[in-house]
Amino acid sequence: MNILVCIKQVPDTETKIKLGGTGIDTAGIKWIMNPYDEFAVEEALKLKAAKPETQVHVLTVGPKARAVEALRTALAMGADEGAVIDAPETLDNYNIAKAIAAASKTLGEFGILLSGKSAIDDNNFSVGQMVAAFLDIPHVTSVSKADYTEKGALLEREIEGGAKEIIEVEFPAMITANKGLNTPRYASLPGIMKAKKKVIKELALTDCGVDVANIKVKYTNFELPSDRPPVQMISGEPQEQAQKLVQLLRQEAKVI
Amino acid sequence: MAKILVFIESANNKIKKSSLELLSATTGNEVAAILIGDNVSTVAQGLKNYPVQKAFVFNNAALKDYNSSYYFSCFEQAIKKFSPDLVLASGSMAAKDLLPRVAAKFDGGIAGDCVGLKISGTKVEARRPLYSGKVLATAEFTDASKIKVVLMRPNQLPQPAEGASNCEITEETFTAPATKVRVKEVVKSSSAKPDLTEAGVIVSGGRGMKGPEHFKLLEDLAETIGATVGASRAVVDAGWVPHAMQVGQTGKTVAPNLYIAAGISGAIQHMAGMGSSKVIVAINKDPEAPIFKKATYGIVGDAFEILPKLKEEFSKLLSH
Ligand SMILES: Cc1cc2nc3c(=O)[nH]c(=O)nc-3n(C[C@H](O)[C@H](O)[C@H](O)COP(=O)(O)OP(=O)(O)OC[C@H]3O[C@@H](n4cnc5c(N)ncnc54)[C@H](O)[C@@H]3O)c2cc1C
Repeated sequence: MNILVCIKQVPDTETKIKLGGTGIDTAGIKWIMNPYDEFAVEEALKLKAAKPETQVHVLTVGPKARAVEALRTALAMGADEGAVIDAPETLDNYNIAKAIAAASKTLGEFGILLSGKSAIDDNNFSVGQMVAAFLDIPHVTSVSKADYTEKGALLEREIEGGAKEIIEVEFPAMITANKGLNTPRYASLPGIMKAKKKVIKELALTDCGVDVANIKVKYTNFELPSDRPPVQMISGEPQEQAQKLVQLLRQEAKVI
Repeated sequence: MAKILVFIESANNKIKKSSLELLSATTGNEVAAILIGDNVSTVAQGLKNYPVQKAFVFNNAALKDYNSSYYFSCFEQAIKKFSPDLVLASGSMAAKDLLPRVAAKFDGGIAGDCVGLKISGTKVEARRPLYSGKVLATAEFTDASKIKVVLMRPNQLPQPAEGASNCEITEETFTAPATKVRVKEVVKSSSAKPDLTEAGVIVSGGRGMKGPEHFKLLEDLAETIGATVGASRAVVDAGWVPHAMQVGQTGKTVAPNLYIAAGISGAIQHMAGMGSSKVIVAINKDPEAPIFKKATYGIVGDAFEILPKLKEEFSKLLSH
């Protein structure tokens, strides 16, 4: 059973974000593979290690010139083949998912589709489920533990208040990964060398039936959040500090 | 005027506060609620105190626990009957799991984790933090979006005004669809506290707490002020507390009225998860700790000394 892993390239969290034009200024940004997608790639590689005939494909949608780097990282970790769907920075999640769903049918036959639970840049928590909807297959999100059988998987996901759901799903299915699922490996040097020879297919949005005129959500009015007022330091002995703080929380901030 | 379908969720036979909040953003529109669960008929009656015109209630033992295919079929039924322009929900685990699927199936876009919402006519604009809160931007739905789906971050909207409404409550029939995804078990946690994502007050500890045994100090304080306990990733990775308690970029995004951070340095990934808290209190030994840049009130000191004193002071205050 072959596996498709959907990954996204995102700015590193430590990168300073500046505004430019009608969005963010992408010059000088350090790009990384979305951290949650690393869990998805690792999960696919774990399954491949258990069944070596498994082919692991990685797919990304984004500006081709830089987005291939995320694919190279996944290939260096051990994925077999990559594909990039060239798309503008501003493509919305509906159309990204639509493109992935269409591409997944031309790239092969996949029993398991994997992705991170959310991308840390737009934090939308949606592409995996939307891909599943377009393919009419079940999805399970935010999975932190998985046991696989021939036909499906038993998955654990965290829900509110520290509770957990144990879910049984039949393949083909889309699974989105949460922290805890595994520990992603680093790309080894031989891995990086091998990755250079691996195939990366290039697809256009039009090959995937996506028309950019059909964007459902566009982003406007970019703004840096206003600075919080400067901190009010509370001095004194611990007892005094505690007294003053409680007073301020009650009388000034009115939160207690 | 827009037609809005609001996902009303309940816990312990009550409408969740985070669901009620949504109703303060919908006034002046045609509002229908969708309620799904087991024994939710009495919960639905609670809607009669709010400006909601209609409620689709799916009441069935099979709907006790969230199941994506079952809940989807309820939404499908309600959407076909009501044809909403907008589906509005709080960003619960169920909503986050389900509503993207609803958006895709009904040819619409989605904006998750929103902190502001503007509805004028059928035009919908949602304000969202991007890039770990380093940027704010407006998600504007285009005309190509046949249905618009918005998930709000809890604690961003006020509670709605109460007042009798003529909410027409209809019990819908639920027929379980064939499904390839089944919930085998829900392992409940012992905590009766609200989830971090919905908590109004959070007391969080970091590596400065030195060991899991000292989290008792945080729990004691939390107990006194009705708070939920959170943690930084460093202590989760060290195995002191479960991942469910992690606040931050790879943990939970929280927005309480009060966030008390004890022994937390304030790394950018931590602040990404709590930076929009209304009031932040930082307790840290190091006056240079980055957390003080975000904090409203700062105490330079030893958490082991400050926390018990704080608990004492709060007890005094809250006992009269
Ligand atoms: C991809 C990625 C994702 C991440 N996601 C998250 C996330 O979701 N959440 C998160 O929190 N972090 C996250 N991190 C980790 C983050 O970068 C920090 O390492 C982490 O937040 C540090 O935790 P800490 O503040 O508890 O520990 P430290 O940085 O070690 O800070 C401990 C603090 O305690 C203070 N202290 C020590 N003793 C005392 C005392 N007795 N009284 C008072 N203060 C004391 C010290 O002065 C110090 O400031 C992520 C990192 C990466 C790379």
